[in-house]
Amino acid sequence: MKVSLRWLKDYVDVDMPAEELAGILTMAGLEVEAVEEAGPDFNGVVVARILSVRPHPASEKLHLCEVTTGDRVLPIVCGAPNTAAGATVALATVGAAIPGGYVIKSSRIRGEVSEGMLCSEEELGIGEDNRGIMILPPDLPLGMDLRKALDLMDTVLDIGVTPNRADCLSIIGIAREVAALTGKTLRYPEAAVEESGEDIRDITSVTILDPDLCPRYTARVIKNVKIKPSPPWMRRRLEAVGLRAINNIVDITNFVMMELGQPLHAFDYRFLEEGRIVVRRSHEGETFVSLDEKERTLRADTLMICDGVKPVAIAGIMGGLNSEVKDDTETVLLESAYFNPASIRKSARWLGMGTDAAFRFERGIDPEGVVRALDRAASLMAELGEGYVVRGHIDAYPHPINPVGEIPLRIDRVNEVLGTAIPGEEMASILSRLEMKVRPGDPGTYLVVPPTFRVDISREIDLIEEIARVHGFEKVPVTMPVPTGVPEAPAKGQALRERIVPILRGGGYSEVITYSFIPSDFARRLGLREEEEGPKIVKIRNPLTEEQGVMRTTLVYSLLDALAGNTRAGIGDLKIFELGRVYFSRGAGVLPEEKNRLGLLAAGCRYDQSWHHGDLQVDYYDLKGLCENLLRHLGIGEARYEADSSLPFLHPGRGARVLVRGKDIGFIGEIHPRVAARFDLRRKVVLGELDVDALAALWGEGEIGFREVSRFPASSRDVAFVVDEGVEARVLIEAALGQGEEILEQVSVFDVYRGPNIPVGKRSIGVRFVYRSLARTLTDEEINEVHERIVKAVMEASAATIRT
Amino acid sequence: MRDALEELLRRAEEELRHVSTAEGLAELRTRYLGRKGLLTTLLRNIGQVPPGERPLFGKRGNEIKEILTGRIEAALASLSAAAEEARLRSERIDVTLPGRPLPFGRLHPITQVCDEICAIFSRLGFTVVEGPEVETDYYNFEALNIPKDHPARDMQDTFYIEDNICLRTHTSPVQIRTMERMKPPVRILSPGRVYRPDSDVSHTPMFHQIEGLMVDKGVTFGDLKGILTYFLRRVFGEGIDLRFRPSFFPFTEPSAEVDIRCVMCGGGGCRVCGQSGWLEVLGSGMVDPAVFANVGYDPEEVTGFAFGLGIERIAMLKYGISDIRQFFENDRRFLDQF
Repeated sequence: MKVSLRWLKDYVDVDMPAEELAGILTMAGLEVEAVEEAGPDFNGVVVARILSVRPHPASEKLHLCEVTTGDRVLPIVCGAPNTAAGATVALATVGAAIPGGYVIKSSRIRGEVSEGMLCSEEELGIGEDNRGIMILPPDLPLGMDLRKALDLMDTVLDIGVTPNRADCLSIIGIAREVAALTGKTLRYPEAAVEESGEDIRDITSVTILDPDLCPRYTARVIKNVKIKPSPPWMRRRLEAVGLRAINNIVDITNFVMMELGQPLHAFDYRFLEEGRIVVRRSHEGETFVSLDEKERTLRADTLMICDGVKPVAIAGIMGGLNSEVKDDTETVLLESAYFNPASIRKSARWLGMGTDAAFRFERGIDPEGVVRALDRAASLMAELGEGYVVRGHIDAYPHPINPVGEIPLRIDRVNEVLGTAIPGEEMASILSRLEMKVRPGDPGTYLVVPPTFRVDISREIDLIEEIARVHGFEKVPVTMPVPTGVPEAPAKGQALRERIVPILRGGGYSEVITYSFIPSDFARRLGLREEEEGPKIVKIRNPLTEEQGVMRTTLVYSLLDALAGNTRAGIGDLKIFELGRVYFSRGAGVLPEEKNRLGLLAAGCRYDQSWHHGDLQVDYYDLKGLCENLLRHLGIGEARYEADSSLPFLHPGRGARVLVRGKDIGFIGEIHPRVAARFDLRRKVVLGELDVDALAALWGEGEIGFREVSRFPASSRDVAFVVDEGVEARVLIEAALGQGEEILEQVSVFDVYRGPNIPVGKRSIGVRFVYRSLARTLTDEEINEVHERIVKAVMEASAATIRT
Repeated sequence: MRDALEELLRRAEEELRHVSTAEGLAELRTRYLGRKGLLTTLLRNIGQVPPGERPLFGKRGNEIKEILTGRIEAALASLSAAAEEARLRSERIDVTLPGRPLPFGRLHPITQVCDEICAIFSRLGFTVVEGPEVETDYYNFEALNIPKDHPARDMQDTFYIEDNICLRTHTSPVQIRTMERMKPPVRILSPGRVYRPDSDVSHTPMFHQIEGLMVDKGVTFGDLKGILTYFLRRVFGEGIDLRFRPSFFPFTEPSAEVDIRCVMCGGGGCRVCGQSGWLEVLGSGMVDPAVFANVGYDPEEVTGFAFGLGIERIAMLKYGISDIRQFFENDRRFLDQF
C-alpha cells in the first residue's frame, strides 16, 4: 500500500527522515518496499520576478514582460490581468512540462518573442484560482524550483501489508502504528456531520435479505450536490497513493477509503427504483453490467446491492453502470457497509475483480468504523459538493459482529515462548499503545480486549506476537537449544542417492534437474499409445502452458528435451542423469503414486574431444557399462539384460529390460530414430530409466560376499564359437557357468567377429575361460578335462561350432 | 723393475684420460691387461727381479692391475650411462599437451546447495524426511491454518489437479505429515520440489524449498534465532550480518523473515537488494498453536519453530546467478561450471 508522508502527518507527528520511519515500520512487520519522491504534475517551473511590463503592440490584452530568474532575463508574453512589475511569479521555462501534457516552447505570440509562460494556480494543478497568474511571496529565492520553493514535494512509502494486517490498509491505520511505535499521539479526522432538511427515513430504506453475508449496512443521503473536479489537495493525495481522480463525489469515496480503510459507494439516487436499497444474494446466471462497462454473469450466492427492482452493485466489489454518479447527479445515496469477508473473497476471485474495495472487505474491515466513515464522507460531500446532508442515517445492523472479549495473557507464557524476560508492565504498556484495553487478571496475568479494527487478534499467541514485534525481535536473546531424544535415521532412499551419485559422476554423467511437468501430448511425441498412457496421467487443471500440462510418467521426455536444448545451443556431446519422481494417477480423489526414478542419457562423443583419441560415438554398451558399474558398486550384483522391443521410443533392435533377480528395474536402449527426429536430434542417443525405489529395496539385501583370494596360478583357454546371429552371448556364458565347475574362475567375451571365414548370418564369439584353484596349482590334464566338458556344454546350448 | 711398473701405471692412466669410446677402452684393456698385454708381460718377467724384491714387485703389480681394471670399468660405465641418458633425452614428450580427459560428471548447483544445507542441519540433529509433491488441499493449506477463502491463500498461487488436490506450493505439508506420524521431540528437515504458477526472471513454476521443524518442550523464539543464525553463518560466512523482521505466515506466530546484509553491495543498496541493503533469505516463526491442535499436539506442553527457504534463491546469491530459469535449462555450459 502506498502511503503519502504528507497525508500521514495529518494524523500523527513524524519528526524523523522518511528512511528512518521506513526502518521503524519495517522492523515492526510493515515492510517498506520502496521510498519514493512524489510531487505535483509539473517540472521546470521556477520562481521569477517581473522587472517591467509594457503593452503588446498588436494586442490590447497581452503584455510584454521582462522576467528575471536571478541569472537570466527573459522576454515573456502574458495576458493575465494581474501582471505587474515587481511581482514574484511562477515561470514555466522553455522545456517545462505542465499538467495536461503541455510542454513549454520558445514561441512568437503575435510577432513578439516569448521564452516561457507565467502560470496560474489552476494551470499548475496546485490550486483553483484561474483569474490570473500566481503571485508568490516576495522572499522566495529567484530561480528555485517551484515545487521546492512551495514545499509541494511529498514522499511516498510503498508498504507490503501482510494479509493479517487488514487494519493497516489505510493511512490512519499506518498512522496508528507510527503513533504506537514512536509514542506520539494519533489524531482522528473530523467526522461531525451537519444535517438539515428532510429525514432520511422519508427518502429511502434499507432491507437486508441475507444478513449472514451483510451483517451491517449504513447509508446517508446528500442532496443538491454539484459534480465537479475535486480540489487540488484531494487530487494530489489520491494521485500520491496511486488512485485516479474522477469527480468530487467519487474521489471522496476513494479518499475516505484510503484514509479510514472503509470502502464506500455512492449511488445516484435518481436511478434507484422505488428509492430504496435491498441486499440479497444473486440468482444463478443473473447478468449485471458493472461500472467498468463489462457485462458479468453471476453465480448464485454473489451478494448484490439492489434497488426496489434490480441490482445496482456487486456488494463490496464494484458498483453498477446503471446507478453511477454522473455529471448531473444531484442526490447521492452513500453506502458504508460491512460484508462477510469470505463471501466477498469468493465472489471477487470468481469474477476476477480484485478491486481495492474487495481487497479490504475480504481481509476484514472494522465493523465499528462503518458509521464514522459514512459521516466523514457525507460531510466532505456536503462541503466539496456544496450540498447538504439530510437528517439522520440508516444503520441496518441485523447481525451484530461479536467482539472478541477479554483475552487472558500470562506474563510467564510470553517469556516462555519468546525466550525473554520482559516485565509484565512493559507488556501492558505495549498493548495499551496498540489501543488494547488491558487490566490485571489473576496473579501473573492480564485481561486484554483488542480494538475492533484488529481482526487478527483473538488468542493469547496473537498478543505474544504483538509484544514481540513492538518490543523488537532484535532484543530477543539468541540461544542454542539442546537437542533431546535420538534423531531418526535418514530414509533409505536418501542414503541410496548419496551412493548412486558418485558412481554416475565417476562415469562422466552430470546431474540435470528438469520440470516435473511435461507437454500434454508427450505420449504422442514419444510414440506411446495415448489410450494406454491416458488413464495413468496426472493432468494439471490450470497449467501455465500446454507444454507443462501434465505430470510426467517417465523421465524420457525430460531428458530428450534437455538434450534438444543443448543441441540447439550447438552442444551435441552430453552425458546426463536425473534423480526425480514420476507420477501415476490412482483415480479421482486419491493422491497419485509418486515413484523415484533414475534417468540416464548419453549422446555424441564417448569422451570429451581430445588429441588423444578420435571421435568415438556413444552406443548402447556405454549405458550398459554404466548400469553394470552402478549395480556392482551398490552390491546389488549382476543384472540380466533382456532384448525388448516393446518400448515404442526405443530402437526395436537395441533396447533391453534390466532385470535383477527376476525383478524388472527399468530399461536402457538406443532412441528410435523417428522419435529422435521429433526432437531434431540427428546423432545416436542412448538412454535409460531405472526404478530407484526398486534399487533401494534390493540394495543392502545381499551383503558383499567375500571370497578368498587364491595364491595359486591361473590358466586360461580361449575358444571362438561360431553361432547364429540370433544367439545371444548370454546363452554361452550361462551355459558355461551352469556346469557348476568349481575351478572355472571366470568366463568372459574377449572378441566378437564377423567377416571372411565366417558364414553369412553367423558370428564368432571369442570366449576366455580362466581356471584356478584355491588349494593348489592345477595340472594341464585336470584343466583340460573340465574345459572340454564346459566347451561341449556351450556348443550344445548355442548350437555352435568351433572356429579353428 | 719397480720403476717400470710405476711408469706403466702412469702411462696407462695418461692414455685413459684421452680415450672416450667403448672401443678405445677395450683396446686399452687388451693392450695393458690382455694375455699379451704390457702389464701381463712385465709381471711374467718377475724372474729378472732380484729375489729379495720379488714379493713387493708381485704385490705392486697386482695392485696396478686392479687399479687399471677398476678405472677402465668405471670409464665404461660412465660411457654407457651417458649413452642411455642421450637415448632417453631423444624420447622427450611435449609435457604441455593436454592430459587425457577422465570422465567427471557435475552435480547440479541446486543439489550442491541443498546437500550443504542438509549437512549443516544434520550436525544439529535434524533428519531429512520427504513427502508427496502432489498434495491434498488439507495438508497444503488447511492443516497449516490456511482455510479456504482466506486472503492468506493469495500468498501462494496454486496448480490444481482436482478441487482438493494440488501441487504442493511449499514443503510445509511435510511438517504436518511428520507430526501426525511421530510424537515430540521432532527435528526434521524436508527438501524438495514445490510448484507455483509463475514464470519470469525470478520465478519458475517449479522450484526447491527446504522446510525445517523443531518441536520440543520449551523451544523458544530465541532458539529459532540461535539455530538460524548458526545456519546462515555456515552458509554465508561468519561475518554475515542478519536481522529478524516481523512478518506473517498463517502457520507460525510470531513469524519472522530473516534478512542478510546484501552480499552484492555489502548493504549500500543495489539492484539485487532493491536498494534496501538487505536480502530476504528465509521465512520462519514459532509453530502456531492451531497447527499443533490439527496434529494432536498440546500447545501447552510443547512449542516449536519452523522455517522455510528457497534453494534457488540461496544458490543465486551464492553463485551470482541472475536468471532463475537457467537452473532448469540444463545447458551444459551452465552445468559444467559447478
